[in-house]
Amino acid sequence: MSELINTTPTRDAGEGKQPVDRRDFLKKAGIVSAAGAVGAAAVYSGWNFQQKKPNHNMVTVRTPDNKLIEVPRDSIKTFKPILSELQKRGREGLKGKRWVMVIDLAKCRNARKCIQGCQTAHHLRPNQYHINTLTMQATENTPAYFMPKPCQHCDNPPCVSVCPVNATFKRQDGIVLIDNERCIGCRFCMAACPYSARIFNWEEPLQDNGYQEKIVAYEKALAAGDEATIDKLKYEVEYNVELNVPQKKGTVSKCLFSADRLREGKLPYCVSSCPNGVYWYGDQNEDSVTNGTTKETTRLTTLLEEKGAFQLMPELGTKPRVYYLPPKDRQFKFEDDRKPEGEA
Amino acid sequence: MIKENENLERIAKEIMRPVGLSKNFILWMSFLGVILAASLVAYAIQLQNGLTVTGMRDYVSWGMYIANFVFFVATSLVGMLITSVLGLTGISWIKPIGRIAEIIAVAFAAVAGLVIVSDMGRPDRLINVFMYGRIQSPIIWDVTVVITYLTLSTLLYFLPLIPDLAIAKTRMDHCPVWLQKLYEILSVKWGHTTEQYKIMLKSVRILMVVIVPTAFAIHTVTSWLFASTLRVGWDSTIFGPYFLTGAFVAGSAAVVIAMYVFRSSYKLEKYITAFHFDKMGKLLVLTMLVYLYFNINEYLVPAYKMKAADAKHLHELFVGSHAFLFWSVQLCGLIIPIILLIFKPFRKPVPMLILSIVILIGAWFKRLIIVVPTMEEPFLPKQHVPHEFMVYTPTVIESMITIGTIVMAIMIISILSKLFPVIPIWEMAEEAENESEHKLNE
Repeated sequence: MSELINTTPTRDAGEGKQPVDRRDFLKKAGIVSAAGAVGAAAVYSGWNFQQKKPNHNMVTVRTPDNKLIEVPRDSIKTFKPILSELQKRGREGLKGKRWVMVIDLAKCRNARKCIQGCQTAHHLRPNQYHINTLTMQATENTPAYFMPKPCQHCDNPPCVSVCPVNATFKRQDGIVLIDNERCIGCRFCMAACPYSARIFNWEEPLQDNGYQEKIVAYEKALAAGDEATIDKLKYEVEYNVELNVPQKKGTVSKCLFSADRLREGKLPYCVSSCPNGVYWYGDQNEDSVTNGTTKETTRLTTLLEEKGAFQLMPELGTKPRVYYLPPKDRQFKFEDDRKPEGEA
Repeated sequence: MIKENENLERIAKEIMRPVGLSKNFILWMSFLGVILAASLVAYAIQLQNGLTVTGMRDYVSWGMYIANFVFFVATSLVGMLITSVLGLTGISWIKPIGRIAEIIAVAFAAVAGLVIVSDMGRPDRLINVFMYGRIQSPIIWDVTVVITYLTLSTLLYFLPLIPDLAIAKTRMDHCPVWLQKLYEILSVKWGHTTEQYKIMLKSVRILMVVIVPTAFAIHTVTSWLFASTLRVGWDSTIFGPYFLTGAFVAGSAAVVIAMYVFRSSYKLEKYITAFHFDKMGKLLVLTMLVYLYFNINEYLVPAYKMKAADAKHLHELFVGSHAFLFWSVQLCGLIIPIILLIFKPFRKPVPMLILSIVILIGAWFKRLIIVVPTMEEPFLPKQHVPHEFMVYTPTVIESMITIGTIVMAIMIISILSKLFPVIPIWEMAEEAENESEHKLNE
């Protein structure tokens, strides 16, 4: 052993004979105590961390009244707040907005593209109109013209007054909507509306195939807990009061001013479907409206003043949010498409 | 006070004779039951397929059901007219027919609630009316007052029935045991004491007063379902009284029909006499004259001015697509009966029956002519929709459901009149007593 020690060629062997000097000792002691302190700190903080570390069986959640609480992880189930969430925001509307539509009768050639765009978006049958283009002629010797007629989104809506269950309501942004999860189908609102703007789902409503597929995919994702797909599809398949899709048998439906599109910052379906520049749409608070075809934006008040705008049956006191520009200086020849009564 | 004597014995025996389950009654109820079953099948079809099975579409979104609802509420009003208005003014000839009027009031008010459900697109959400009801909707007012009126009418039927049940319960050996037990329970230990009569008569008197504004309310509110809209033909300030007076015509006619049927099938000629028919005939003339007056106001005033929208509506009524129905209703349901009933021979039981049936049918179609033509004439043109959207043509299904509701009312009337005395025994006994005393004094 000693041989071995002796023969071990180490640097220390020679130095070992020297007495440990004070400086060196202090150095070593310093290192040891620092390491000790670090170790103790590490152990302490580790213990501390152990104490603070969230329990893997518990989850911290924030309650609606802003308290943090812990609940067992396995008691958590996927919550589906989407319907009520959609209904809540659908009833409130968009803050600070006062939506307004201007329809230029001089431009309407009865292309009926607005109707198509609307019916596709809202899953309507060809006979169901949220917007319909009518051929109007006030008196025998005054000219006939085409008049697109959406819901007027009255500021004094007779339909809302008569609804017995608050299924139809007026929002802060001026839009009148219907909650077809609430509607009892009494049709009093239809009787009260002087503009015949409301329709009823007399039979099982139309659902396009794409929608059915989405519902199937959504239900699968819900079962599998596939969060990404759920998030992607939830606003498309759950009943959206701002789109009124899916339509429901035995309930009333009508034009929604495409409230779902407005939330995304887009123009309504009819407005952007028009090929002839008939529609202007915008926010009265901003005093600006945008043309759905040309995308040109202009001052609302100027447009109304310059073109001599009017409203439908203002004498009824309904205060519509839709303005019409008179059919003046038309750039095309009016062709009456009226068929004998009774033909679709 | 009721005295146990031969008068009471005789009257109780005569009035209680038809009470109980006879073979004919069971046959009659089975007949009604078959029709009701058919109409329930029709309603099941409607629930399955939606209101598309009716003739209603987006323009004419109210049709036969709403007209039928108005008819039911209208007819039920006669209870108030006869029991309260005539009763409170001390008219005594109504005594034997007061209960008949109340039976009609109860039956028609009860079924009116079901009629309105038949019109709902989502009857499964009826609870929403109570959960989310909004006070500014006339429908909520209507629900409230119809329920109140039904409750008051039921009390007005039942309270004066209690002494009769007590009199009858010892005199019904010909009735099944369960009915005897029912009488025992419903007569609430009535002992014919002066105190009991005092309380009962006082309660009835209070009810008679309270039911007057309630009845006015139910039909005025029903008229406001229309008058509160902006529609041409409904946008009228006289709709309340117009409906109310029309209601008295329909109800009086219904009472006359019931009087005739009970009198002949229950052998009550001694109590419901030609005198009563004569009086009811005069009452009918009076109510019809008032109603005619309101009709003249309702149609002639707008017809004189001929505002564009009114002109179109009135044109359809006077000479257009609804002219036949309009003039049939006005002539057969109002003008001709008024003229005929002025003459005494027409106020005899049989002509009264025939005229009342015509008046009542006219009253039903009158409601249809108030509802449908207005819906067919919206302010803006009806375009780009199929013919079925433009005009209203009732379907077999909705007619069947409507017939079912009428059958239901007839069933309630039949049951109430067959299981309980249809003429107040104690009032008749009281009257007989007064008469004999009167004779003694002479």
